[in-house]
Amino acid sequence: MCNPQKLLEIIDLHVSIEDKKILKGINLTIHRGEIHALMGPNGSGKSTLANALMGHPAYRVTKGKVIFKGQNILKMSPDERARLGLFLAFQYPTAIPGVTVSNFLRTAVNSVRNEEINVLDFHKRLNEKMKMLAMDKSFTKRYLNDGFSGGEKKQSEVLQLVMLEPEMVILDETDSGLDIDALKIVSSDINKVMNENMGMLIITHYVRILQYIKPQFVHILFNGEIVESGDYSLAEHLEEKGYNFIMNEEQN
Amino acid sequence: MAANEVPKIGLDKYKYDFKNPENYYFRVQKGLSREVVQTISEMKNEPDWMRQIRLRALEIYNKKPIPKWGGNLDDIDFDDIYYYIKPAEKMGKSWDDIPRDIRETFDKLGIPEAEQKYLSGVGAQYESEAVYHSLRENLKKQGVIFLDMDSGLKQYPDLVREYFGTVVPTGDNKFSAMNTAVWSGGSFVYIPEGVHVDIPLQAYFRINARNMGQFERSLIIAEPGSYLHYIEGCTAPIYSEDSLHSGVIEIIVKKGARIRYTTIQNWAPNVYNLVTQRAVVYEDAVMEWVDGNIGSKLTMKYPAVFLKGRGARGEILSMSYAGKGQHQDAGAKAVHLAPDTSSNIISKSISSNGGRASYRGLVKVSKNADRVKSNTRCDALILDDISRSDTYPYMEVDNATARISHEATVSKIGDEQLFYLQSRGLTENEAMALIVRGFVESIVKELPMEYAVELNRLIELQMDGSIG
Repeated sequence: MCNPQKLLEIIDLHVSIEDKKILKGINLTIHRGEIHALMGPNGSGKSTLANALMGHPAYRVTKGKVIFKGQNILKMSPDERARLGLFLAFQYPTAIPGVTVSNFLRTAVNSVRNEEINVLDFHKRLNEKMKMLAMDKSFTKRYLNDGFSGGEKKQSEVLQLVMLEPEMVILDETDSGLDIDALKIVSSDINKVMNENMGMLIITHYVRILQYIKPQFVHILFNGEIVESGDYSLAEHLEEKGYNFIMNEEQN
Repeated sequence: MAANEVPKIGLDKYKYDFKNPENYYFRVQKGLSREVVQTISEMKNEPDWMRQIRLRALEIYNKKPIPKWGGNLDDIDFDDIYYYIKPAEKMGKSWDDIPRDIRETFDKLGIPEAEQKYLSGVGAQYESEAVYHSLRENLKKQGVIFLDMDSGLKQYPDLVREYFGTVVPTGDNKFSAMNTAVWSGGSFVYIPEGVHVDIPLQAYFRINARNMGQFERSLIIAEPGSYLHYIEGCTAPIYSEDSLHSGVIEIIVKKGARIRYTTIQNWAPNVYNLVTQRAVVYEDAVMEWVDGNIGSKLTMKYPAVFLKGRGARGEILSMSYAGKGQHQDAGAKAVHLAPDTSSNIISKSISSNGGRASYRGLVKVSKNADRVKSNTRCDALILDDISRSDTYPYMEVDNATARISHEATVSKIGDEQLFYLQSRGLTENEAMALIVRGFVESIVKELPMEYAVELNRLIELQMDGSIG
């Protein structure tokens, strides 16, 4: 029997893009209620992990397993993974011109629930959630990510997160491109969403976001491998010494 | 879900592919000849001047070569087509009056229901003749005329004679000549000065027989300051033999009037759809064409505005979807003949499953037309590697004060877009459909709600099976 608290288990995961090996044996276990941070310099494979977990077709898993809620999800399509409760907040969300945020969210909510939500109920829920996130109502009438500022894109990702109620959330560089005010808003929104049934993996280059969303566990990814794991103090250590220090340590 | 809340308007792919036995009251022999033209005219008991117009048109038709541009017309066997089929002895005064199988056809297409719920008037044409026509009493009292073209000719011969062929001359192209020779049915609409028809009129064209040629001829006259929204829908069952639909639509928009003409064409994939539609637009008047081409084997159709009065405006919104075995050669024509006229052309085309979508457009500015403004925007979306999209914009500008812009984009559905939507729980098909729906949104939102819902459904049906 698997531990009921165990939410996501990544076992010896190897991932290639075209023929280039990017991830070389990642092991990571996330329990319900835990926030993990995965930090690493550019090119270390952070986003590759995010995309591979969500099932991007360009990222080829050559070895390993990913067990989510007791099921190996590697054979599943991205939409099947989403319906099982996995959510990826994108670093660069794509624009879908002509499709309003509201229309898109309703389609997405219906898809993950596998049943049609009553239109009135949907709008009631959407209004509540937007109020909670202090978002302007007019936002829902705009076309998805079309002409959004960096901050708006990230807020839109958080709104989707809130509406879809996933169990496992991956935030891929959610802090990138945000000024400090926007980062505070987005972080506080994410904190409102986090609960003891949920797991969270924050992928980031900088410690900044971790000051607002405090992880219990911090992992350092370097050259496709997790080279160090620890508690929050590891992030502070990193902030002080920088990636070069870790990289040098590794190389020596 | 909204799709269940609004009545169906009868363009659904699965609903329209049904056939009735070919019971007809009268049918000419196959092929196009002087004798066939004479017979049609006699059947209709027309005035001699109309017969002369037809016979002259036949001569012009015979002289004109088949166009070598646009789509492939070489495979049409013009001798294997019935140019006139009269389905019933007379037109019905009510739906109960018309032969049962024909009535059932329109029931299935949801036309009587739509008539009750959201239309001012309905015309229903089956093969070559109108079988039913209605117009709300209050509009009749205001002097609005909405008849099939044959009845229009009988009841208002002077009006028809004054305007017939003035917008689209017989010799404009081979198919306008063909239509003029054998025309039958279509709509005759007259809106008196200052009258606003706020609820749309709809004409529905149905082909049932195989090897059928349908040649409706419509004439719409909008007196100064009037308004009309006219909607045209077309379907046919699927046969392996080709059918031909070649309509001519002439519209006169007088000073300060405004007409919107919306077509949602969902012909079966064995129908050649070769239509000439054109409006002359006078001072400060507005003509809007909204053209949705979903069906047919080949469509060649370029709704046109001839802007003749100062300040006249033309809008042409064209949407086409070319699926397997289809070629949509659609576009627009804006001819600026007066100062301060403006035109706006938006074209959105989608090609999938080996289909081909072409935009073909002409913007022309005459010497004396100062301060013309014209914008063209055409966007093409290609869903896979075996489909094709082309753009053929033509410009003839003889006045240096004109401000003309043209913008074109071609895009493919990107893996990133698909992945993004799939990561939110949408299946690949749902994701594609959503992207396509977003792509055509700026045109679909111009349609009345019932039609917008139906058009979105049609697009989704078109896409079914187009993804491997």
